[in-house]
Amino acid sequence: MDDFLIRALLGGMGIALISGPLGAFVSWRRMAFFGDTLAHGALLGIALGYLAGITADAGMILIGLAIAAILVALQRGKNHASDTLLAIVSHWALALGLVALSLTNGYGPGLRTILFGDILSASWGDVAWIAGCGAGVAIALLFLWRPLLAAAVDEELARVEGVPVAWVSFAFMALLAVVVALAMKMVGILLVTALLIIPAAAVRPLAATPEGMAAMSAVAGSLSVAGGLWGSFRFDTPAGPSIVVAALVLFALGAVVPAFLRR
Amino acid sequence: MPELRRGEGLGVPVGNNVDILIAASGLEVVRGGRLILTVGEANVHAGEVVTLIGPNGAGKTTLVRAMLGLLHPGRGRIDRRPGLRIGYMPQRLSLDRAMPLTVERFLAMAVPGRGGGLNIGAVLEEVGAERVRKQPFQDLSGGELQRVLLARALLRGPDLLVLDEPAQGVDFTGQADLYRLIGDIRDRRGCGVLLVSHDLHLVMAATDRVICLNTHVCCAGHPEIVTRDPAYLALFGRQAAGAFAVYHHDHDHGHHPDGTVAPWPPGRGGCEPEPITKGPPSHSGHPGDG
Repeated sequence: MDDFLIRALLGGMGIALISGPLGAFVSWRRMAFFGDTLAHGALLGIALGYLAGITADAGMILIGLAIAAILVALQRGKNHASDTLLAIVSHWALALGLVALSLTNGYGPGLRTILFGDILSASWGDVAWIAGCGAGVAIALLFLWRPLLAAAVDEELARVEGVPVAWVSFAFMALLAVVVALAMKMVGILLVTALLIIPAAAVRPLAATPEGMAAMSAVAGSLSVAGGLWGSFRFDTPAGPSIVVAALVLFALGAVVPAFLRR
Repeated sequence: MPELRRGEGLGVPVGNNVDILIAASGLEVVRGGRLILTVGEANVHAGEVVTLIGPNGAGKTTLVRAMLGLLHPGRGRIDRRPGLRIGYMPQRLSLDRAMPLTVERFLAMAVPGRGGGLNIGAVLEEVGAERVRKQPFQDLSGGELQRVLLARALLRGPDLLVLDEPAQGVDFTGQADLYRLIGDIRDRRGCGVLLVSHDLHLVMAATDRVICLNTHVCCAGHPEIVTRDPAYLALFGRQAAGAFAVYHHDHDHGHHPDGTVAPWPPGRGGCEPEPITKGPPSHSGHPGDG
């Protein structure tokens, strides 16, 4: 196997291992649209990062945090449904990102890479960055697990029982911003949410506990990466979309297999 | 302000304030620039079942949320006995089907870090729901769900149980059982209970004190006294007689179909009982407060 495939596999699996458990929370808390908003914000982050002379990763994470803060603040107003707010912030970030990108005068990776990712060009440095950030997010998630789960069951009940729900939610959004920034390079901003949501949804019928679902989701995500890269190599298809197609195959299996076993 | 005292006064022994678990005083809640709830005083004593009744939009849930600290009122204060442990049973949960969760696991989350040490079996037995222990949470029937939510509140070892419409989605006999259960729990555990309800008949038997709300405290006191109160009859006369779909009452305001308050021509009389001096209309007194 070629070196670049090994790097892509390791990087992709590193992301899948952490995006799986986070994706489970995204589905429990009905935050799929929020994932999209963060992904759109990533485009703005890349462009602003370039213009400000900082790295794309730093730009994406900073914009992700800003979006999380804006949404938390706006939701307190309660004058708009939260999906309306998300749509406004999401498309505002996308439009502003495209405008800012045009100001960079042909910035290196180009729009196509940003939209669809470029997992096959991952360097060993990228893999190490993913491993480091992924481990950090995983440790933070372990500490947040209990209050986050309580808030996912019911925010008000959690608040009455003493969980600092607002802080926990913001911390979760911050972790999500980091993971979106990592995953964006692999599958691109259009498909980031798929990597969060589909593995978690695929294993839902098989899971009996929240922890089980999170763990299985990490495995399903890794299998999607491996299957997608194999398909990409075998059929010469783009890697990012192939990974999402592989995840969809797992989702279909997850829906069919339990029904088959029950007979 | 005389009207602000009426909420408590009736039916509560004066000078018996040492065992107050939670008290709201001078509460004013404004939403969208409109005063939606004024409560001079409302409290719950240890070992007492207090029921909040009132039509839709009367502010029952708003008052409960303010007392729980889920909502910050524009004005007024909430005092809790130091170290007060609250067991809260919400109207419904926002739990998504996407989360695999058994009843047992849901209950173990009641006290963080003590999942293993909780006596889940005993509490499920106490609420009569031991059968569902291993079931997925989302497969519970309406009645089972209410009992499981009650069990979660009890697992916290509460001094005060706050139950928001506990009989929602439960059939009639189930409702009677549930209220009897709540009464039993109070007798056994000696905790205070704050109950939100609009099932009048059933709830009265299990209640020590009723607070009748309609954006302000209309009347309060022992159920037998309150049910003879003109204000109560004005609010619930027809409803109590069985016409649940429509209610109508003489009041200083009317209601839109969604239960929000609509202005009413003045001079139509209020819900206040006659012998008590009439206070100023609670809404017009605080224009655009907030």
